[in-house]
Amino acid sequence: MMYMREAAKAPYLLPQGEKVRSRVAVPLATLFLSVLFLILPALAARAMEIQSVTSSKGITAWLVEDYSVPVVSIRFVFGGGSTQDPPGKEGVANLMTGLFDEGAGPLDSEAFQIKLDDAGAEMSFEESRDGIYGSMRMLAEQRDEAFDLLRLAVNEPRFDQPPIDRIRAQVLSGIIANENDPDTVAQNRWARAVYGDHPYSRSDQGTRQSIAAITQDDLRALHKAVFARGGLHVAVVGAIDAETLKKKLDMVFGDLPQSQALAPVADIEPKLAQHVEVNYDLPQTSLQLAWPGVKRNAADFFPAVLMNEILGGGTFTSRLFQEVREKRGLAYSVNSSLVNQDHADALIVTTGTRSDRAAETLGIVRDVAKRLAEEGPTEAELAATKKYLIGAYAINNLDSSNSIAATLVELQLDDLGIDYMQRRAGYINAVTLDQVKAAAKKLLTAEPTIMVVGPPLAGAGKG
Amino acid sequence: MTSKVEWLRRTLLATSLAFFVTDPVLAESPVLPDTVPAEFKVTDFLLDNGMEVVVIPDHRAPIVTQMVWYKIGSADETPGKSGIAHFFEHLMFKATAHHAAGEFDRAVSDIGGSNNAFTSYDYTAFHETVAPSALELMMSFEADRMRNLILTDEVIKTERDVILEERRSRIDNNPQAVLDEEVDATLWQNQPYRIPVIGWMQEMEQLNRTDATAFYNTYYRPNNAVLIVAGDIEPDTVRALAEKTYGKVARGPDLPPRVRPVEPEQNTRRTVTLSDARVSVPNFSTQWVVPSYHTAKPGEAEALDLLAEILGGGNRSRLYQALVVKQGIASNAGAYFQGTMLDDTNFTVYGAPRGDAKLADIEAAVDAEVALIASDGVTPGELEKAKDRYVRSMVFARDKQDSMANIYGATLATGGNVQDVQQWPDRIRKVTPGEVKAVAARYLVLARATTGYLLPQQQAGN
Repeated sequence: MMYMREAAKAPYLLPQGEKVRSRVAVPLATLFLSVLFLILPALAARAMEIQSVTSSKGITAWLVEDYSVPVVSIRFVFGGGSTQDPPGKEGVANLMTGLFDEGAGPLDSEAFQIKLDDAGAEMSFEESRDGIYGSMRMLAEQRDEAFDLLRLAVNEPRFDQPPIDRIRAQVLSGIIANENDPDTVAQNRWARAVYGDHPYSRSDQGTRQSIAAITQDDLRALHKAVFARGGLHVAVVGAIDAETLKKKLDMVFGDLPQSQALAPVADIEPKLAQHVEVNYDLPQTSLQLAWPGVKRNAADFFPAVLMNEILGGGTFTSRLFQEVREKRGLAYSVNSSLVNQDHADALIVTTGTRSDRAAETLGIVRDVAKRLAEEGPTEAELAATKKYLIGAYAINNLDSSNSIAATLVELQLDDLGIDYMQRRAGYINAVTLDQVKAAAKKLLTAEPTIMVVGPPLAGAGKG
Repeated sequence: MTSKVEWLRRTLLATSLAFFVTDPVLAESPVLPDTVPAEFKVTDFLLDNGMEVVVIPDHRAPIVTQMVWYKIGSADETPGKSGIAHFFEHLMFKATAHHAAGEFDRAVSDIGGSNNAFTSYDYTAFHETVAPSALELMMSFEADRMRNLILTDEVIKTERDVILEERRSRIDNNPQAVLDEEVDATLWQNQPYRIPVIGWMQEMEQLNRTDATAFYNTYYRPNNAVLIVAGDIEPDTVRALAEKTYGKVARGPDLPPRVRPVEPEQNTRRTVTLSDARVSVPNFSTQWVVPSYHTAKPGEAEALDLLAEILGGGNRSRLYQALVVKQGIASNAGAYFQGTMLDDTNFTVYGAPRGDAKLADIEAAVDAEVALIASDGVTPGELEKAKDRYVRSMVFARDKQDSMANIYGATLATGGNVQDVQQWPDRIRKVTPGEVKAVAARYLVLARATTGYLLPQQQAGN
């Protein structure tokens, strides 16, 4: 059992503003279009080289070639995640991601898993609202066997009835287990309050009724609609060269259909100015607040990122950390994050505080936000935060092959360009104090949606 | 969906934030054709004041992680002062004679670094990840707070409120955590692992400046600390910087050996039950007292590691295959062994029903698998597979700088040394089927087990 000074509490919403996390690799000779840059402008510089590799069947992957550890990591995404669950069949995408190692091609569940274990590879799939992600980490010397199993999983998942029933029963068990869990109940209430009828309001896992209704045909239909070259982004890191990778790309992805057949998903503005109380007799009250967010491709994205960091980002020096925890001891954890999804954006603050002082804590959080909206940050805060955001990128996003691969997939999804890491510090340095003030005013003057999970909040309604 | 194995694991291990250290997984592989290249070779040495230093070079990125591990954890606390080790970890971020409160944090964030700290039963560690050029600065801050902290009553009071909030957040708000805490207190009747790392609420509320100062002066000394530096740096540089910073801190009085009360022989079957309205699906876990890597006879802890993997280490394990796949009665079932501990540790099996199955059926089926492995042992084939998984996980671990730092730190803080980590794959390879069977038969005896049940409200009194 281990206790940390501070552990970020998983927020109810998904990825961080710049949704990348992850290490660097040493460059090798490259044969293709490649961009050479310094990823750590603030640090002693060493180049990480990202090659853009395109196979003969037209599959493109970003590759960081590195032989210092005999491991290859691949990560990929198909756009269209649980938002593609048909109405009444919520949970299909989640269920599907549990079935890729449960039989593919000529191999049934047992045979597939034995081969995967023999190959010494780890394979995993997971869904988000906007995409279905796959990852595989393999030993370089057994990469042929591993890629072959990945080919089967991606192209020919069997969706046999016994594994469907078994995994469904596990998911159902999870749904039932959380039915009276305050955090889960609250999360569902929150999603409905903020997103109304939009697909983002639905649970990824589905409901008792919806997962009972899912058939093999539903799984096949979703696989066919989503697993196509048109919505695919791939990143590979480790002990493999571009020529070899091209062949593997063709093998794994080259025979997929060209185009996805996705149901359209509308953009939605999270609904603000609501007060949601989920009352339980708990010693600690959770508070969650939502303000408007900013789109990833908006002109004021980086001003908003800097503002969020100053408000309650990933350091121990943020205003919320100082005011709520350091000065008053009201909470262990208090964070803010900019959430960017394909169809919605928000700024979310979460904290947990002793129930008899929850109203006071809420008041302080709102006060900190109000002051930042009215006065903006200081020049010194902004300068320090710029240095932090520039330097922290590599440490947070590039600290292992897996995290480099994950970062490169997100950069592709956000269409930021293969030289983004080289340009990023420039974007941050170009932000002015007035722009951050404007972002604070724009986002934080709105009336937030507030959720209280705990005993009734005495003396603090909508403020 | 990561849910298959992870979901129940999360449910059952809700209070254990970071299990990474206890993963027994990492060192060099003698069997894989690629031996660890020379530039990854681990170096260790001792400063004149008794501080141990381990350097793990990794030149792939211009990043370096330093960790200072103190050989002091919650199991070393004075009776009645539970939570002081973790509380003190928090206090280490306050003002010193040379730096105002928050100055260290700002120095880290100004260069885009990251920092944090954690506390467990046997150790407390502080760490920073930065560019190599900033390592000396980090070392000077870390060496400064080893001796120069200034504690005021005001600081104590506010930070104590923070840890009380941390306890409410991790334990009191969570029925699984409340149960786990009392299962530990039941499994361990005498050994200090019975006391939660975060502390008992009423004792935490009373922790004060006198306690903190005494604790600091006893344990925060270079001769009670291990420095681990992993990353883009050479051992000679680390030595020079460490001598310049930590080397200036005076050696403290010798600490007494870490001899703690040990468990008496357990002769009873113990159960602990919590029924709670927030629970909808019941689960159970059964634990036994077993030796750790530090207390075991040669080969026994390795055999326990392999036993845990074969019995319940993932979806190829016996418990998963029998209960989840073949019988179809469990949503999950598994086993784990926490070997990296200073004193005797625990071996755990767990499960939860699915569909119409009853918790009692799951428990009986888990017990049957445990009995089978104790009576009939394991096959050479499944043992080889389990060994392969451990040995290759070490190759994967080399891909992440801080996982290697954590392995060395936790091992050295629990009575091990650098060679123990490096020779671990060799020792795993040598374990025989007979040795796995022997530890199962010796330790996994139901008449001497402690079981925790988490039940929905309506099943109270059943």
